[in-house]
Amino acid sequence: MADEALFLLLHNEMVSGVYKSAEQGEVENGRCITKLENMGFRVGQGLIERINTVLLLVNLFRFTKDTARFKDELDIMKFICKDFWTTVFKKQIDNLRTNHQGIYVLQDNKFRLLTQMSAGKQYLEHASKYLAFTCGLIRGGLSNLGIKSIVTAEVSSMPACKFQVMIQKL
Amino acid sequence: TNWKKGLLKTSSELFTLTYGALVTQLCKDYENDEDVNKQLDKMGYNIGVRLIEDFLARSNVGRCHDFRETADVIAKVAFKMYLGITPSITNWSPAGDEFSLILENNPLVDFVELPDNHSSLIYSNLLCGVLRGALEMVQMAVEAKFVQDTLKGDGVTEIRMRFIRRIEDNLPAGEE
Repeated sequence: MADEALFLLLHNEMVSGVYKSAEQGEVENGRCITKLENMGFRVGQGLIERINTVLLLVNLFRFTKDTARFKDELDIMKFICKDFWTTVFKKQIDNLRTNHQGIYVLQDNKFRLLTQMSAGKQYLEHASKYLAFTCGLIRGGLSNLGIKSIVTAEVSSMPACKFQVMIQKL
Repeated sequence: TNWKKGLLKTSSELFTLTYGALVTQLCKDYENDEDVNKQLDKMGYNIGVRLIEDFLARSNVGRCHDFRETADVIAKVAFKMYLGITPSITNWSPAGDEFSLILENNPLVDFVELPDNHSSLIYSNLLCGVLRGALEMVQMAVEAKFVQDTLKGDGVTEIRMRFIRRIEDNLPAGEE
């Protein structure tokens, strides 16, 4: 899809841009990761707002009583894996695992933001830069669904990656 | 089902939401609006030099013979393909080397309001860089700039495009 190409290029440019300005004075890689993650967070929130608006209008149309759209936390995580992931990446999460105690692992075997990158081992180190925004995206989406979390990611072999979501009990 | 269509529309908003987050971050990183504008233009350029390949692959348009054809392709094919809108082309200069793209509504600025202390910010300046970078890859040096902006209270958004010269040498695209 054409608009996906535009998003992919924008994302790559954002990663380069954040690290380019870091060379001129900023010290830690961590600060760059945080910047990207924070941008992703805002976008994740925005997406859920939009999705909520769409679903709200649909429900009004159908005159259904939307008492609780999601039964529980697992239901919300499934939503993230299916509808949310499809909205953003045009595919679903390939595998969801949980310990039923607030930790979820979302596996994407062909992560869109990594498929353009070479599979060589020397690129693994840089892969985390391309995951930060998406970690924020998940965290922001969950935040607007009423869930506070910490999201990290790792690449074992390109272009597969895993996002780990740790639910923070308030 | 209708609601699935709604979700697909949301996916095209992914770009505009991400763009908004980027502009917000740049306003934090840079002291003044001019620097943000420059950075957006640079990033747009880097995107444009790559986007052109995607565009040529998807659109199958042939070589443009003159600037008028180029204008048509930009407005009717490229803008439609990537942003879902078709700007109108107006205000041709007598020499045929300048024209305006009029965007009745700019999808990048849905739900955006310029805060008071950013009056010099050219919010959508990335687009100017994209146009410049993409056209450079097809041997055209151009200047693109916003002359009207609905975010600043104008009735429409207007991008002025100016043809500078044909690029004869096939120099590789620099990163800016």
